[in-house]
Amino acid sequence: MIEFDNVTKVYANGTVGLRNINLTIREGELVVIVGLSGAGKSTFLRSINRLTDITSGDIRVNGQSVTRASGSQLRRIRRDIGMIFQSFNLVKRSTVIRNVLSGRVGYHSTLRTLLGWFPKQDVELSLDALQRVNIREKAYVRSDQLSGGQQQRVSIARALAQEARVILADEPVASLDPLTTRQVMEDLKRINRDMNITTVINLHFIDLAREYATRIIGLRAGEVVFDGTPEEATDEAFAEIYGRPVQQDELLGGA
Amino acid sequence: MKTTVSPASLNPAASGMEPPRKYKQIAGWIILVAVIVACSVRTEATPYQLIVGLPQMGSLLQEMFPPDWSYLPTIWGPMMETLQIAILGTTLGALLAVPVALLCASNLGVSRWVSLPTRMVLNLVRTIPDLLFAAIFVAVFGIGPFAGMLALVFFSFGIIAKLTFEAIEAIDPGPLEAMTAVGANRLQIIMYGVVPQALPYFMSYLLYTFEVNVRAAAVLGLVGAGGIGLLLDRSLGLFRYDRAAIIILLTLAIVLVIDYGSTMIRRKLL
Amino acid sequence: MKSNTTPVTGKASGSAFRARIRFALTALIVIAVYYWSIQGIRFEGIQGTAGTVSKSILQGFLHPDWSFVYIPEGEDLLRGLLDTLVISILGTVVAAVVCIPFAFWASTNMSRRLAVSGSGKIALSVIRVFPEIIVAILFIKAVGPGSFAGVLALGIHSVGMLGKLYSETIENIDRGPQEALIASGANRLQVLRYAVLPQVIPQFLSYSLYRFEINIRSATTLGLVGAGGIGTPLIFALQVRNWNRVGIILLGIIALVVLTDLVSGWLRKRIT
Repeated sequence: MIEFDNVTKVYANGTVGLRNINLTIREGELVVIVGLSGAGKSTFLRSINRLTDITSGDIRVNGQSVTRASGSQLRRIRRDIGMIFQSFNLVKRSTVIRNVLSGRVGYHSTLRTLLGWFPKQDVELSLDALQRVNIREKAYVRSDQLSGGQQQRVSIARALAQEARVILADEPVASLDPLTTRQVMEDLKRINRDMNITTVINLHFIDLAREYATRIIGLRAGEVVFDGTPEEATDEAFAEIYGRPVQQDELLGGA
Repeated sequence: MKTTVSPASLNPAASGMEPPRKYKQIAGWIILVAVIVACSVRTEATPYQLIVGLPQMGSLLQEMFPPDWSYLPTIWGPMMETLQIAILGTTLGALLAVPVALLCASNLGVSRWVSLPTRMVLNLVRTIPDLLFAAIFVAVFGIGPFAGMLALVFFSFGIIAKLTFEAIEAIDPGPLEAMTAVGANRLQIIMYGVVPQALPYFMSYLLYTFEVNVRAAAVLGLVGAGGIGLLLDRSLGLFRYDRAAIIILLTLAIVLVIDYGSTMIRRKLL
Repeated sequence: MKSNTTPVTGKASGSAFRARIRFALTALIVIAVYYWSIQGIRFEGIQGTAGTVSKSILQGFLHPDWSFVYIPEGEDLLRGLLDTLVISILGTVVAAVVCIPFAFWASTNMSRRLAVSGSGKIALSVIRVFPEIIVAILFIKAVGPGSFAGVLALGIHSVGMLGKLYSETIENIDRGPQEALIASGANRLQVLRYAVLPQVIPQFLSYSLYRFEINIRSATTLGLVGAGGIGTPLIFALQVRNWNRVGIILLGIIALVVLTDLVSGWLRKRIT
């Protein structure tokens, strides 16, 4: 469960990232955040695991305050939140399994991880995670040999190996082609349903949002201007979110 | 990076399913550690020795301060000689390097029978460091700046020729083809196709080598090849560390000034 | 180099005039510098015997003193070359390790304040300006003449260049993996170990090998000032004008440098 309590974020240059956000994301939901670029989607997502600090208010994940957590406390909260990035953020020179295992470092002592001694269960867990996204056979291949879609699946596997209760995905398909986009979205949906992992995804394709989300939140200038089911998110609703009619490049098409 | 189907992808055992055997990597690390241990046994180099030596180093530094400023006028002349050695050595080396670089470059239509042996000679010249050249030339021509200058000629020739011929090989072939198409002869092609493209690089390498040579010239005197190094050697021999300190300080100052100036000019060139 | 993009006729002739003045000034300065330089090198110091000496050197090269290659009692060519090799290996290893903290210190993306990385960069360039021979002389005073002084000299001097190359590598890494590790709850050391090091280690190794190639050349000269290696027998042979011995030592040095270049080049290709 993720709770936003009067959250506001103002950047140092005066730009407002988030304005007075109050909402609750319940366990198991698949929430898609939509909005124009600069509407605060990334800020919203990154404030949940405090990659971005908020200016005022409070964010709680599973009852624990992210805002007030410090040092090791914050790291323990982050351990339960997997994150998926637009540019995958893998160490390209390392093998796939290394990258997946790196999601486990939060569970072990610093000394142990510095030496690279992961227990056997961790390796099993990582291989299972790769199996779940159908790239088990690439486990010992260098990551830079994989296609973009495969690399994104490695980063999903990293979040799974982390045994995260929440997955945040920041534009996970923005650098993928339409076909792999659907595969990655399917993976995320399946994981959300089968493992009951709360998932929050930033997307700019509105048809994808309608297709996969259980709940859509629309942001404009840092404010929540829409919060409802995919059925309620009509073209008119999107026009409201964007402040203008929906354009062709905001549709992935070919469902 | 054009690769045909790699054997690994055909062989299922070598694919990404299984962890690769790590013997090679482990063997590599073991060899490295063994080599380091063997080396330190050979040189009897132990941290203990360093700790014992450090106080001595400290007292040496203590004796260096305050530096003997009154020595400055005496060393000014040799310092200038050092610069002169570096300037002439670099220039003559660069002049020698031009024809050799043209002969080495593979894109100017020079026969392999010429270019390969030339490259080999060039590589041989580059194996000898500046001080060795200086030691030899001092033996041949006697103690003095001339031997030092010759040493730098050979040394700079090696660096500049190599860098320049690589720059020539990297130039845009378009203008060369255009010139060939209009019937230019080889000299004309070099004059109007190669020189304009390679000249900025050549000048930049020349300045870079000059920077290296100023440092080198400062120590040539240790083997008797002129410049400030001779006085440094003498001061150290007489245990006048305060004088050695002023020599080192002046050298550093000159090197910094030259590096700065040369870097500025190089930035303008490229 | 600079082209004037606004061809207003009146101004164009003015700038052409200025360009000509500038060219003339540059030429004048260059000529003056060379005149001054040539004045400085007194050519009269050249020995009259240069011709005969050159001939005997050539003789020495053609008839190298093969008996010097191996002498059971010691102080022979092979041992000298081995010492040179050992000095440069150890010197490189010392530098490759010592420069790591310097490199992180000097990298702009590893600290929030520019003053931190700036001071690191200055420290590295100060180290770089000291010629290794001078460093060697200082260490000879500290730990006595011999290979150990050579190792320390090469080690310290190389830190300047390797530290600079390392820090450039660190500055060029992809920031993404660091962010991913932070997001998964890793602490600073874990981020370093799993996101930074895997990206930089291969490049570090490659640069160290490159520096090793430079060090082996420097190591051959360290003996000239008493810091061990093949330079010591060479300077003795030069002093007593034993040209056959000089010949074999130079051949030995060339062979050693060529061989190590080959091995190091092969290793570097395998790393990246």
